[in-house]
Amino acid sequence: MKSSPPTLTMAVAVVAIAALTSCGTSGDDEPAAGGPVTLSFLTGSDQSTVDTSKALADAFMKVNPDIKIEIENQPGGSEGDNVIKTRLSTGEMSDVFWYNSGSLLQALNPAQTMVDLTGDPVLADVQPDYLPVVSQGGRAFGVPATTLAGGGILYNRKVYERLGLRVPRTWDEFMANNEKIKAADITPVISTFKDTWTSQLFVLSDFYNVQAATPNFAADYTAGKAKFATTPAAIGGFQHLADVHARDFMNKGFGSAVLDQGLKMLIEGAGAHYPMLTTLLPAQLENYPQTATDVGFFGLPGADAAKHGATVWEPAALYIAKTTEHLDAAKKFLAFVASPAGTDAVTAAVRPSGPYRIKGSKLPEDALQVAKDLQVYIDQGATAPALEFLSPIKGPSLEQITVAVGSGLTPPAEGAAQYDQDVEKQAKQLGLTGW
Amino acid sequence: MTKHARPPTRNKSPYPYWLYLPAGAVFLLIFLVPTGLAFYFSLTRWTLFDSTFVGLDNFRDFLAEQNLRVGFQNTLFYAVVTSGLKVVLGLGLGVLLTGRMRLRGFLRAVVFFPVLVSTVAVGITFSALLRPDTGLVNKALAVVGVSGPDWLGDATTALLSVGLVDVWAGVGLATVIYIAGILSIPTDYYQAVAVDGGTAWHRFRHVTLPLSWPATYSVIILSLIGGLRSFEFVWTMTRGGPGFSSDVIASIIYKQYQAGFFGLSTAGNVLLFLIVTALVLPLNHFLGKRQVT
Repeated sequence: MKSSPPTLTMAVAVVAIAALTSCGTSGDDEPAAGGPVTLSFLTGSDQSTVDTSKALADAFMKVNPDIKIEIENQPGGSEGDNVIKTRLSTGEMSDVFWYNSGSLLQALNPAQTMVDLTGDPVLADVQPDYLPVVSQGGRAFGVPATTLAGGGILYNRKVYERLGLRVPRTWDEFMANNEKIKAADITPVISTFKDTWTSQLFVLSDFYNVQAATPNFAADYTAGKAKFATTPAAIGGFQHLADVHARDFMNKGFGSAVLDQGLKMLIEGAGAHYPMLTTLLPAQLENYPQTATDVGFFGLPGADAAKHGATVWEPAALYIAKTTEHLDAAKKFLAFVASPAGTDAVTAAVRPSGPYRIKGSKLPEDALQVAKDLQVYIDQGATAPALEFLSPIKGPSLEQITVAVGSGLTPPAEGAAQYDQDVEKQAKQLGLTGW
Repeated sequence: MTKHARPPTRNKSPYPYWLYLPAGAVFLLIFLVPTGLAFYFSLTRWTLFDSTFVGLDNFRDFLAEQNLRVGFQNTLFYAVVTSGLKVVLGLGLGVLLTGRMRLRGFLRAVVFFPVLVSTVAVGITFSALLRPDTGLVNKALAVVGVSGPDWLGDATTALLSVGLVDVWAGVGLATVIYIAGILSIPTDYYQAVAVDGGTAWHRFRHVTLPLSWPATYSVIILSLIGGLRSFEFVWTMTRGGPGFSSDVIASIIYKQYQAGFFGLSTAGNVLLFLIVTALVLPLNHFLGKRQVT
């Protein structure tokens, strides 16, 4: 074909011109100062995040009628990470956005892309020990948007009651309980490896035990001096995964089961234990009201009963993009979120699954059982934040490695060594010193 | 193109060159520039916010990727199995659907139908059909007393299951290519076989099979390239799992992109491009030569 039909060339030209001109028309019209302001607010798309965001926005608009908040939803997980990164780097970010705290925040280059809130009255009501997880280089950038979560074992209390079991404080007690549960024809440990991230909990929520045995692990690990494979306590999580599989304590079809199936099994009592985060429970209340009372929480048991505790996940945060044109309104919104009035608004919409990180906020009487169980650990001072809140490095392949170890495809020591390599790759990509 | 009886002057285009400009600009802007940039960014550590030049580090890191060997084996296995099955099944269906039979048009449409469905939709549908407890496949097997495995959740069957779904979705195209190839064989040959008293097997073995070689060649090349680049089915059905057992090169690259290793995943793409070229060019040459004879 030597020549293209002229109409085609014309069409291409028209499309090209249209594409080029449309670039110039973005950017909203500036509102007059003092007039009504519209804030854009980008948030996640899972049920509890959506409900929380909506409750916060609605309550805020009620007391600030001249500020309108428009909510935008986006997918979670690494797909969402890339949306956020792209929008921040191209200057197309909404005024306010919801994002993880801890290691994931570090990859967003907050100093360049977000408004620095250090010393700002916005942070007045935030518990000071929360700030490190929303900070980089000593500057703080966000306020907690939801509650603290416990990561460990969610268990069905009805099953425990019926079989006369006691909450285990060591791994051996846990495995002994599993034996009895299996004998009663109930799945001892629910595993849902199709949603690969759910396989990581045995390793991630074992961190309280790692830290109890080797207090300097987080710092040494960040500096490249401590490894999972060479720290006996750190291999523990991988070993647990392998043990549970070897003893055949998992549900049938664990390789293609998903999170929702797992939660359903747990709540209905078809399974007794589910290594999981407490935050996933409030969304189940609508279909299964018994979630509030039947599901309890305990920290992943370790070797020593005297050192039993729980690993906790710090709440995600709200941040202000540096490109915002409504800084005052955005700060006003964040100050509301980080106040007892804000947490009350959330409590009215989503029953909390853990305590808030705001001074003066209390757990309501009808909080979920898991929140009450978690509060006990907090009151005893027996909690540690997950490793991803103490170190910027979290290897991206952990979820595949834990699936492989938990399915008996990779021995635990080899899995730990693979994860060390994965971590090394991440540290190099972050350009950390010492790697 | 054949030369017409025109004076041997320079071929004058009937349109002025500037008419190519808009199309050229689009091609430059959305294809050539990004391709050039990809080669550059594969040499950097790139966070989307800034990039630092690191030389060939990304290529070294990519080649040191622990599951790369598994990924390569899986990719080759997947490409060979799917393209082999597409050749065998496509040829069989092609012969069947060019023969005299009732409902031929309808059956041709049925065989071609899966090609029209979006691959992602096929992947999601089959992950539901292949579920171990509630999936239709295992329920059907249970009726005849067979307890089916966890097709996609078991490391030993995951990749093969994905490959079979790929064959189901792609065999229609191979069949159409074969139908066209078989119909283009002159009927004289079949008549000659009939005169010699040959059976249906002789017709197939000595006429259809050798003379549909151009079709076989197209099917092999198309499905092999498709198999080497396979991604949608793997990603929608297993995401490379369980563990790393059904990872292919493309899913490894995609996971690195997801992890935010943009420079590293770009380096992987550059390598994949080189590998596919290195495999397909000689194959193309070799198969093309046989076609001429």
